[in-house]
Amino acid sequence: MIGTGEPNVVAIGFFLAFIALSLGITVWASRRTRTLDHFYTAGRSVTALQNGLALAGDFMSAASFLGIAGLVALSGFDGLIYSVGWLVGWPVVMFLIAEPLRNLGRYTFADVVAARLRQAPVRVASAIGSLAVIAFYLIAQMVGAGNLIRLLFGLPYEVAVLIVGVVMLAYVLFGGMTATTWVQIVKAVLLLGGATVLALLVLAKFSFNPLALFAEAARQYGDGVLSPGRLVSDPVDAISLGLALMLGTAGLPHILMRFYTVPDSRTARSSVGYATAFIGFFYLLTFVLGFGAMVNIGRDAITKVDPGGNMAAPLLAAAVGGTPFFGFISAVAFATILAVVAGLALSGAATLSHDLWVNVVRKGHSNSGEELIVARIATVALAIVSIALGILFKGQNVAYMVGLAFAIAASANFPVLVLSMFWSRLTTAGAQASTIVGTVSALVLIYLSPAIQIDVLKHAEAWFPLRNPGIVTIPLSFAVAMVVSWLRPVPEEARAFHALERRIHLGTE
Amino acid sequence: MPVTSAPGSPSLTLEALTALRWRIALSLTVAMMVVYFGFILLVAFDKPLLGRLIVPGLSVGVLLGALVIVAAWVLTWVYVRWANNHYDAHLRGLRR
Repeated sequence: MIGTGEPNVVAIGFFLAFIALSLGITVWASRRTRTLDHFYTAGRSVTALQNGLALAGDFMSAASFLGIAGLVALSGFDGLIYSVGWLVGWPVVMFLIAEPLRNLGRYTFADVVAARLRQAPVRVASAIGSLAVIAFYLIAQMVGAGNLIRLLFGLPYEVAVLIVGVVMLAYVLFGGMTATTWVQIVKAVLLLGGATVLALLVLAKFSFNPLALFAEAARQYGDGVLSPGRLVSDPVDAISLGLALMLGTAGLPHILMRFYTVPDSRTARSSVGYATAFIGFFYLLTFVLGFGAMVNIGRDAITKVDPGGNMAAPLLAAAVGGTPFFGFISAVAFATILAVVAGLALSGAATLSHDLWVNVVRKGHSNSGEELIVARIATVALAIVSIALGILFKGQNVAYMVGLAFAIAASANFPVLVLSMFWSRLTTAGAQASTIVGTVSALVLIYLSPAIQIDVLKHAEAWFPLRNPGIVTIPLSFAVAMVVSWLRPVPEEARAFHALERRIHLGTE
Repeated sequence: MPVTSAPGSPSLTLEALTALRWRIALSLTVAMMVVYFGFILLVAFDKPLLGRLIVPGLSVGVLLGALVIVAAWVLTWVYVRWANNHYDAHLRGLRR
C-alpha cells in the first residue's frame, strides 16, 4: 500500500537520481568556489530568471506543497487562505526590500542595517534575530523531512534526518552558493513541472475545466467546501497571521541573501518578478491539487494515511499517474526539503561567520581567506545542530514552528530593515532594541498562546488569546525602534543617511 | 549642480527621486495590503457572501482568492514597468 511506510522502489530510484545529479552539480560548483564571494554569492553572476527560480525554490517548502494541498483536500476553501497568504509577501519584498538591499549590502541583511550604524551592537542583534528564524525554520524542515521520508520511502525517522543533514552539508560545504542555487533551480523546475503535470492529469477527467472539478467536490462533500469554514473564526487572529506571513517573507535571512547573488539591482528587481509569477502559479495549482485529492482519493482515505493530510498530493499522484508518478512526486517532495535546508544552512553560516566572527569578534580585521574557513566550520556546526534538533524534536507539531519563524522574521528583522533604509533618525540603540524586543516578544507570546498552552501543554486556558502574535509584536518592534531613537538622537548617524540614500539608488558605483 | 539631460530623458534630483520611489513603493504596498486584508476581513465577517455560488463550482470566495493572487501579479507588474521605464531613466540621469 502506497504511503504507509513500505519502501517504494521507484521513489527510491528517482530520489537516488536526484541525489546523484545534485552531487554532480556540487562537484562542478566546488571547482568554482574558491573565494568568499563565490561561497556566499556565487560570484554575483546569477541571472534574473535563475535567481527567480532559486527564490521560488527556496520559498516553496514541503509545508507549502504537501501541507497546503492536504489542507485544501481536507477543508476546501479554508486551505486556500494559506495559498493566498504565502504569496502576498512577495510584492512587499519587491516594492520595499529587493533593490535597496542589493545596493547596500554584500553578504547578509545585517550589512544593510549596520551600514551607517555602529557595527558590533547591530550585528549581534541581527544575528540573534536571524539565527532564531533559521533555527525554527530548520527544525520544521528536519522534522517534516523525517516524517515524510518515513511515509514515502519506509526509512526510519532518524536515518532520514541524518541523510538530509549530510547531503545538505555536502552541497553547502563544497559547492557554497553556486551549488545551493543550482539545487534550488533544479528543485523548482521539478516541483513546478511535477505539480503542473499532476494538475493536468486531474483536470483531464474534467475536460480541463477546474470549475467542473470544484463542482464535483461540492457534489460529494457539500457546498461548504467552497465557502469559509472554521479556520478563520477570530478576525484579529486572522489579520495577525496575515501580517506575519506578509511581512515575514521580507525578513527571512535565506531569502534576503539571494539578492546578493545577482550582478545589480535591476536584475534583483526582475528576479522577484519571476519569483512572484512562479510562486503565484504554483499556489493556483494547489487549488486544483487539493480539490483533486478530495474528489479522487476522498478525505477518509487521506487522513487514514496521515491525519494531517500531508500525503494528499503523493496519493493523488499514485491515483492519476500510477506508481512511477507517485515515485517521482515523492522524490520531488524530498528534493524540496533538501534545497530549503541547504539555503537555510548557508544563510546561517553567513550570519555566524560574516556578522559575528568577522565584524564582532575580529572587529572587521579579518581577511577573506579566514572568513571562508570560519564559514565552512560554521556550516559543519549548523549541520550537526540541525540533525540533533531534528532528532530531538521528533514527533513535535511542526506547523507552529513555521508560523513562529515567520512571526520572528516579521517582528525582529523586517522593521529594522525598513527603518534603516527609509528613516534617517534610526540609531544604533534603536535598531538593537527593536530586534531584541521583536525576537523576545514573538517567542514569549507564542509560548503563552493557545498553540502551546492548550494544544501542546494541555492547559485549560492560554495567557495570550492569539495564535499568531504578529499584530502585537510587529507594531511593538517599530515603536521601540522609533521611541529609543527619538529619546537619544545621534546626529552623526543621521548625517550618514544622505550618503546611504545615494547608495540605495545608485549602488556603490 | 547643473543638470543637462538628453531630450526625453527626465532628470530629478536625488531627493526628488527618493521621495518619488518611496511614494510609489508605499502606495503599492498599501494597495497589496488593502486587497489581501480586505479578503481576510470578508472571510471573517461575511462568510455567507463568500459561500454564494456564481456558477456551479465557483463560489465568490474561491474567485476572490484567485483574484488576490492575480492582484499580486498585477501590482508587481506595474512596479516593474514603472521601474524599468522611468526609475532607471532617472538613475541614468543622476549618474551623468
